[in-house]
Amino acid sequence: MTKPVVTEADLHAHVDGVLPAARAAEVDAYLADHPEEAARLAAYREQIAALHREFDPVLDERPPRQLEVPRLYWARPLLRYAAVVAWFALGGVIGWQLHAVTADRRAEVTSWPRRAAIAHVVYSPEVRHPVEVGADQEAHLVAWLSKRLGAPLKVPHLGDLGYTLVGGRLLPGERGPVAQFMYQDGKGQRLTLYVRVNPDDSGETAFRFAQEHGVGVFYWLDRKLGYALSGEVDKNELLRIATAVYRQLNP
Amino acid sequence: MSDHDGLIAEQIPRLRRYARALTGDRAAADDLVQDTLERALSRLHLWRRGSDMRAWMFTIMHNIFVNQARSRMRYPHETLDESTADAMQYREPDWSELRDIGGALAKLPVEQRTVVLLVGLEQFTYDEAARVLEVPIGTIMSRLSRARERMRVLLGGDFKAAALKVVK
Repeated sequence: MTKPVVTEADLHAHVDGVLPAARAAEVDAYLADHPEEAARLAAYREQIAALHREFDPVLDERPPRQLEVPRLYWARPLLRYAAVVAWFALGGVIGWQLHAVTADRRAEVTSWPRRAAIAHVVYSPEVRHPVEVGADQEAHLVAWLSKRLGAPLKVPHLGDLGYTLVGGRLLPGERGPVAQFMYQDGKGQRLTLYVRVNPDDSGETAFRFAQEHGVGVFYWLDRKLGYALSGEVDKNELLRIATAVYRQLNP
Repeated sequence: MSDHDGLIAEQIPRLRRYARALTGDRAAADDLVQDTLERALSRLHLWRRGSDMRAWMFTIMHNIFVNQARSRMRYPHETLDESTADAMQYREPDWSELRDIGGALAKLPVEQRTVVLLVGLEQFTYDEAARVLEVPIGTIMSRLSRARERMRVLLGGDFKAAALKVVK
């Protein structure tokens, strides 16, 4: 009678308890004749037991709070995606509206007020971090943003109209850095003034206006710089403020 | 909330056990589990209903782990074959708090360590381990064989090796 061939794979399968009973019996017979191999398999079994002794206690640990699924599920991906989808949808609507209003303009001209409106919608509801640099550091704010945009900026003061400066931030524009200044009135109503560097000396344009979902934007070019004033206020009120901004920038 | 969340939550203890053994570091392990959970949740639409959630999540964890290990390699353009993996120093784990078995695990190349843990600790079948690690079953067997033998030597169970050392 020939003895069945026992392979290395059989021995491991025996250790892991996955051999069919008949085959397992053959391997047992082989091991009875080969005590060194039997000792080797015993060492492998001891390894597995040691792994369980060492790491099974992890199963009974209370997982840290960061690993609770409901929190992950709601606080992280879903909310994040929902927010992104919402902003894209709103941006699309605003962009469509701006495009419709200025459909005869070059696409480049329509894209930046759209960005201004989206930036307004994104940052103006912020409670804790509406701006990067506050109005208490106005000189620093203006110097910093002027340096980043590569053009001397001026910050209009709208106190006479009931709006005080909150501060400003640097944003990515289509061609490089842009600035956003934020104002608010006594009731917390906020306006943002978006300032970009024009790609060339575009001369001057009249005020143009677009509105969607209650966000109005007056925008105009003034040689080197383009301005867009956004707010959720009445069109006439926004025009009054835009006019005041224009006058302060062009005394 | 869907019933899938329950299925995912059920995997957390075993994912943590495996990650702890794999990395030898509590914080690194929980970071790995967190990355795995986030990726699983964001890709839940790719999971086939009725298929093995545990295998699916271990596959995700393995891919994240390998990508992170690869990004820490000195020469990331080299493929992750046995020889480079032997030479590569994965994030040096803090094994000091673990005793013998942890120390032996740490000395295994990553792709041997994963097989030893999936089969021995997590009790995946060879076939399941092959699918999680995306290698042929023959590769699983050869890695398992080499890993167990190496651990046996490291843990002092190999009398022949000990004798050879004495002679040398």
